[in-house]
Amino acid sequence: MAGELTKLGIAEAKAGLAAKDFSAVELTSAFLDAMEGGRALNAYITETPDLALEQAAKSDARIAAGEAGPLEGLPIGVKDLFCTRGVLTTAASHILDGFTPPYESTVTSNLWRDGAVLLGKLNMDEFAMGGSNENSYYGPVVNPWRRNGDTAALVPGGSSGGSAAAVAADLCVAATGTDTGGSIRQPAAFTGTVGIKPTYGRCSRFGIVAFASSLEQAGPMTKSVTDAAILLGSMAGHDPHDSTSVPTPVPDYAAALTGDLKGKKIGIPKEYRVDGMPAEIEAWWAKGAEWLRDAGAEVVEISLPHTRHALPAYYIVAPAEASSNLARYDGVRFGLRVPGKDLIEMYENTRGEGFGPEVRRRIMIGTYVLSAGYYDAYYSRAQKLRRLIANDFETAFETVDAVLAPTAPSAAFASGEKADPVSMYLLDVFTVTANLAGLPAMSVPAGLSDQGLPMGLQVIGKPFDEAGVLNVGFALERAAAFKAKPAAWWRA
Amino acid sequence: MSNPNLIQGATGEWEMVIGLEVHAQVTSNAKLFSGAATTFGAEPNSQVSTVDAGFPGMLPVINRYCVEQAVRTGLGLKAKINLTSVFDRKNYFYADLPNGYQISQYKDPIVGEGRLILDMKDGSTREIGITRLHLEQDAGKSMHDQHPNLTFVDLNRAGVALMEIVSEPDMRSAEEAALYLTKLRTVLRYLGTCDGNMEEGSMRADVNVSVRRPGAEFGTRCEIKNVNSIRFVRAAIEYEARRQIDILEDGGKIDQETRLFDSGKGVTRSMRSKEDAHDYRYFPDPDLLPLVLDAEWVAEIEKGLPELPDEKKARLVADYGIKPYDASVLVAEREPADFFEAVAKGRDPKLAASWIMGDYFAMLNRLGKSVTDSPVSAKALGELIDLIADDTISGRIAKEVFEAMVETGKAPGAIVEEKGLRQVTDTGAIEAAIDEVLARNADKVAEYRSGKDKLFGFFVGQVMKATQGKANPAAVNEILKGKLSP
Repeated sequence: MAGELTKLGIAEAKAGLAAKDFSAVELTSAFLDAMEGGRALNAYITETPDLALEQAAKSDARIAAGEAGPLEGLPIGVKDLFCTRGVLTTAASHILDGFTPPYESTVTSNLWRDGAVLLGKLNMDEFAMGGSNENSYYGPVVNPWRRNGDTAALVPGGSSGGSAAAVAADLCVAATGTDTGGSIRQPAAFTGTVGIKPTYGRCSRFGIVAFASSLEQAGPMTKSVTDAAILLGSMAGHDPHDSTSVPTPVPDYAAALTGDLKGKKIGIPKEYRVDGMPAEIEAWWAKGAEWLRDAGAEVVEISLPHTRHALPAYYIVAPAEASSNLARYDGVRFGLRVPGKDLIEMYENTRGEGFGPEVRRRIMIGTYVLSAGYYDAYYSRAQKLRRLIANDFETAFETVDAVLAPTAPSAAFASGEKADPVSMYLLDVFTVTANLAGLPAMSVPAGLSDQGLPMGLQVIGKPFDEAGVLNVGFALERAAAFKAKPAAWWRA
Repeated sequence: MSNPNLIQGATGEWEMVIGLEVHAQVTSNAKLFSGAATTFGAEPNSQVSTVDAGFPGMLPVINRYCVEQAVRTGLGLKAKINLTSVFDRKNYFYADLPNGYQISQYKDPIVGEGRLILDMKDGSTREIGITRLHLEQDAGKSMHDQHPNLTFVDLNRAGVALMEIVSEPDMRSAEEAALYLTKLRTVLRYLGTCDGNMEEGSMRADVNVSVRRPGAEFGTRCEIKNVNSIRFVRAAIEYEARRQIDILEDGGKIDQETRLFDSGKGVTRSMRSKEDAHDYRYFPDPDLLPLVLDAEWVAEIEKGLPELPDEKKARLVADYGIKPYDASVLVAEREPADFFEAVAKGRDPKLAASWIMGDYFAMLNRLGKSVTDSPVSAKALGELIDLIADDTISGRIAKEVFEAMVETGKAPGAIVEEKGLRQVTDTGAIEAAIDEVLARNADKVAEYRSGKDKLFGFFVGQVMKATQGKANPAAVNEILKGKLSP
């Protein structure tokens, strides 16, 4: 029974709780057991079983009283980038040692408001910088998926790798992630799960440890498109504490899921056919286009001419903002402090020990591109390119309703396979455009690769048209009928 | 005509060129980007939110009232209000700068070019250009004297709203710089946008000084940071200009650098050179959208502006006919100007001005009081002036009555009656007193008549003494002249 419970997604678990098939405490206990059995995946940095059972008992009381919220009693994993009141929050960094926030992020507040239960804080790349979850101070997350006939450990993608692995391995009913350059979509693709990055401004960034403020958004990582629609509905909304959050009403996303795309036009951007892209990715992309045609959409080729500038622009803007955002980790007020003979040495010791190599690299790059004399050549130009990339989409959306593309240029790869940072950065080639343009984008599993690994398709939509994006995703999901699950090798 | 501002050096004349950057704390109950309080003198770290302390995930939200105050100040400085402005991050590391950056405005400030009018001693005016005004956060305070080898940090001030008001390099003497600061403080106080309290640090100045030969190009400047009184600004400029002249006259050159003023020794000292200058890596703060103001909102703020010192001064000169310099002294603060108007209304304004600027101000100075807690009200001073005007007392007796008013708080009329100070205008009584004086001093009368005119004053004095000062001075003069003429 317990093993069956953890297979449930949001929609099914909601139905089960409503029908009193099981209690929130039973559901939560099943996930806590699964988490214990799944520690080999290293998906959680912090488990909060006591808090979870306490919240679940309260949910049961509210369900009994007929006061259930939209997420009542649903056990959720939270990426450790979201500040949670009274619960250790690390951003997977040594520098936040012992940091227990006295406040709650707006997104997680919304989850608790709606009755969700916190299972724990999920592993990730340090400060959300990375695409493989190998950059965590708390060790790498292991992908529940393995290649056919191979026991080599694969990466779950990043930076929301813990969230993706936990959802794929049924260590939570759903999880939150954040996406700065693909950090929800790429790990979703690598693990056969669903993830959506909403429009910039749709979810509050208040209480989320900042990496690149102008690019990042929180979003759900789930077992189905319907689950993503339900969870996003709770996470989203205007927040006066975030000046970049937008006061646009949040529609009922789940209600928009018809799978009917009649009258819709889907664009296939020709510039996303990159050199050296594996043939099977091309094949799944074509398959996706066919499914959308079957659902009633007209599929047309479009051009997004500045696509090739997206990666360089992203790898200037994101580090620039990061170099400034991470200046506050100085050992003075919270987290790690490594003493020194004076203030400067204390800074150097603290930041030298506290940040991992990738974080240090990006701080260096960001500091460089913002320096007097280089600002115009790098940061200014990157911002101009960003505008051009956004214009490309604006033009495209004059004729199409959404864009279909691959999520990532490869399936999950082996730990340690991409030692060169640039080859790692290239993984973001299809995802950074949506962050630069602030657009909603999601990844939906399409099928398995020749090696038996999940492959994702990406849908990019118009600003604040998450409903439209989710509906395209829903059509893909229905057609793909992706039901594969990884073998539960991690259970001893 | 020689220019009094020029400094005589060993090799000829030099001219100072001075520009000021004033940091004025915005009068507001809450900080610029957080709801934390701003009360001065609170317990260390008692007015700090997690936003001010730079905690992870915290975001700034602009305080609308601080923006309104900046706009009001811009309007008061007759400056251009920029309807779109941008907040930037100024990045540097320091223990009292929690985020590792200060949110400021770099390329696109909220207020553009304006001006400030200086009221010179000779009654003339001089216009100083304002380059810009921008909003920014203050940092916290590092205290190095609380522990032998630790620094303590107080973040109460971290995040407090400041206006940085930058002048053009239009000033040519320490005196002008002092007048600029005084006038700027006056305008800010009229507007209610900064209390101008330099002792509490709510107004501080960075002073840019260079010297040049009269009419030559600008020289290399040095910036003296964080000078916190008008007296020190004056002293710092005098010292710095002389230092630069000495270097130049010795054949040296000025290094562009940041200096500190040591108020104890009265000297400026090098803090860091241009080479060591920070690279602040300014870039637009991605947590804040560009600040866009509604033109109607700005117009509404403009409508609500109080009468400002320049307008008030012009009105006092026009309506009351007082001297421009007197008017500028009266309008230096709102209260004395109001006091003047209350006294002068329906009376001789020049007499009112001379009383207020003379005995009245002297009395306030002596007692260390201000117009608001003065022992003599505008009504009482007005009554005293009425007694002079209707010849009840002379101006000389009025001074005595005024002192009694200060001491007892009684009305001037009552004091005159009580002390029997009513002026004697009865010519018979005055004549009698004069006759007596002349009789007693027959020798002096003879001397006077033989040409020693100066003795006239002696006779007047004797008569006044005989009448306890109550004799009408004009009547005494007239009768005495008649009696002394041969």
